[in-house]
Amino acid sequence: MTEQINIFVDNKPGRLSRITQILSENDINIRAIVINDREQFGIIKVLADNPKKAHHALSTSGFACALKQVLAVVVDDKPGGLHSLTQHLSDCGINIIDSYGFVIDSRKEAVLCIEVKEYEKTRKNLEDKGYRILASSELYEL
Amino acid sequence: MDITYWNAHEETLDKDALRELQLIRLRQTVGQALKTDFYKRRLNKVGISSGDDIKTLDDIRRIPFTTKDDLREAYPFAMLAIDLHDVIRLHTSSGTTGTPTVIYHSRSDIDNWTDLMARCIISTGVNRGDVFQNMTTYGLFTGGLGFHYGAERIGILVIPASSGKTNRQIMLMRDFGTTVVHATPSYLLHISSHINSGDIKRSDLKLQRAFLGAEPHSEETRKKIEELLGIDAYNSYGLSEMNGPGVAFECVYKNGMHVWEDAFFMEMIDPVSQEVIPDENEGEIVFTTLNRTATPLLRYRTRDLTSVMGGECPCGRKHRRIARIKGRSDDMLIINGVNIFPSQIEDVIMKIPEVGTNYQIVVDKHGALDKLTVKTELYSKIFNGDFSLLSNIKIKLQTMLRDTILVNPSIELHEPGGLPVSEGKAKRVFDNRPKM
Repeated sequence: MTEQINIFVDNKPGRLSRITQILSENDINIRAIVINDREQFGIIKVLADNPKKAHHALSTSGFACALKQVLAVVVDDKPGGLHSLTQHLSDCGINIIDSYGFVIDSRKEAVLCIEVKEYEKTRKNLEDKGYRILASSELYEL
Repeated sequence: MDITYWNAHEETLDKDALRELQLIRLRQTVGQALKTDFYKRRLNKVGISSGDDIKTLDDIRRIPFTTKDDLREAYPFAMLAIDLHDVIRLHTSSGTTGTPTVIYHSRSDIDNWTDLMARCIISTGVNRGDVFQNMTTYGLFTGGLGFHYGAERIGILVIPASSGKTNRQIMLMRDFGTTVVHATPSYLLHISSHINSGDIKRSDLKLQRAFLGAEPHSEETRKKIEELLGIDAYNSYGLSEMNGPGVAFECVYKNGMHVWEDAFFMEMIDPVSQEVIPDENEGEIVFTTLNRTATPLLRYRTRDLTSVMGGECPCGRKHRRIARIKGRSDDMLIINGVNIFPSQIEDVIMKIPEVGTNYQIVVDKHGALDKLTVKTELYSKIFNGDFSLLSNIKIKLQTMLRDTILVNPSIELHEPGGLPVSEGKAKRVFDNRPKM
């Protein structure tokens, strides 16, 4: 299981740096970071090596934040690698609420993190189909 | 200038005759008030048990003031002086939270109010050939029905357009040859910008006059409206506790608003010491109804600040005139003509566990119209990481506020601790509108 931390922030200068400051002070490594904004506010999503510790550090600093389960799906880092996954999800009628990707081994492997409504069902579906889904700890052993 | 009156006798009563009439009506009103639970208790305490205990007009000072809080406390029936079967209408300040207030009207109350409105409209030179488009909200808001009844009584054509839908308003004005409108000053400025930029031009309209109500405004704003639209604009004053509009109105000379003193006994007080002050000093207006039967109100503190104007008006009306309302002695806000107390907003915020207790109320101008923004902080423990939760909280807060204050606010949701914390007495209301 992979957890990311979703942090509610005002959309204004200085908020992201405050978050990275807290994570840095707590010796937390960041694998990926995404900002989603809705004009006046936004949600910053952080994929970190120790999500529980990160969540604790941020919430004791006053942030409204929550741990959110995401599926970190390994895809081939080649043309069409992402497409075969999204085509499969599309065929199964699974809606992606949010997603972001990053490369873990250039030209070999990449990861697509997806947020879906039915987490368990989707996880099982993807594993049955042969996809590898990473846990938080695994993300840093790669 | 041709001067016409609606109730010539009452409107031109000289000072002595007016005072005589006021004393008779004050005694009747005190007698009427004694029929209510609220006033019976209050008047007995100061030794008044019958209208006859009022010997002179100065005796009114023995009576304690009535406040908005008293009205809230008396809700719904403690200030009702007649049998409910004899009430033909009520107007209430709406609100699902906080305690509302209510004013009841008997048939004669509506009849008298209607006459006062007819006086107001006629005093601006309106006559039978006019077409009147009423652009304020109908319903519980008193401005709509008050003007509607007065105009119908005069016998002019009334278009009950109500508020909003600017393009339709302008179309109605063109199609039916509207000559006089009633609106808030902000809305008229809004309309004028539409007329100058839309398909329908000023030359397509027959507009001559406007009644400016529900919002205090400056002489400069009046002049601007008059210039932009090429019309005469008249200031209207009233408050829902004193029926609504029809308390004071400008005549063709536009030099202050004539208070209908045969219907309302007016005192000016210092809002802090609560002492009665001389006319020419600026102070808070206090009114006593003089011919209302269902909800008589004694020495009601309006919280409106102004001064009484000296000298006589060439129109021949003898009642005293008041200057423009200069402000409030409380924190009431007027947003597009709707009265709002910050405490109503606070009540709603405190009822919603999803937001914290720190908040700000910001009022800006958006074009000619007022824009209300309520800024709150998310309660951190409630956050589940989803945008849908945040938008649901915004919608919930917006809906509850709209139901309470009858104005649709924009909602800002901030981080916990994202709003400034002020030390001591928190400053929460930021009115950034330029002075009207």
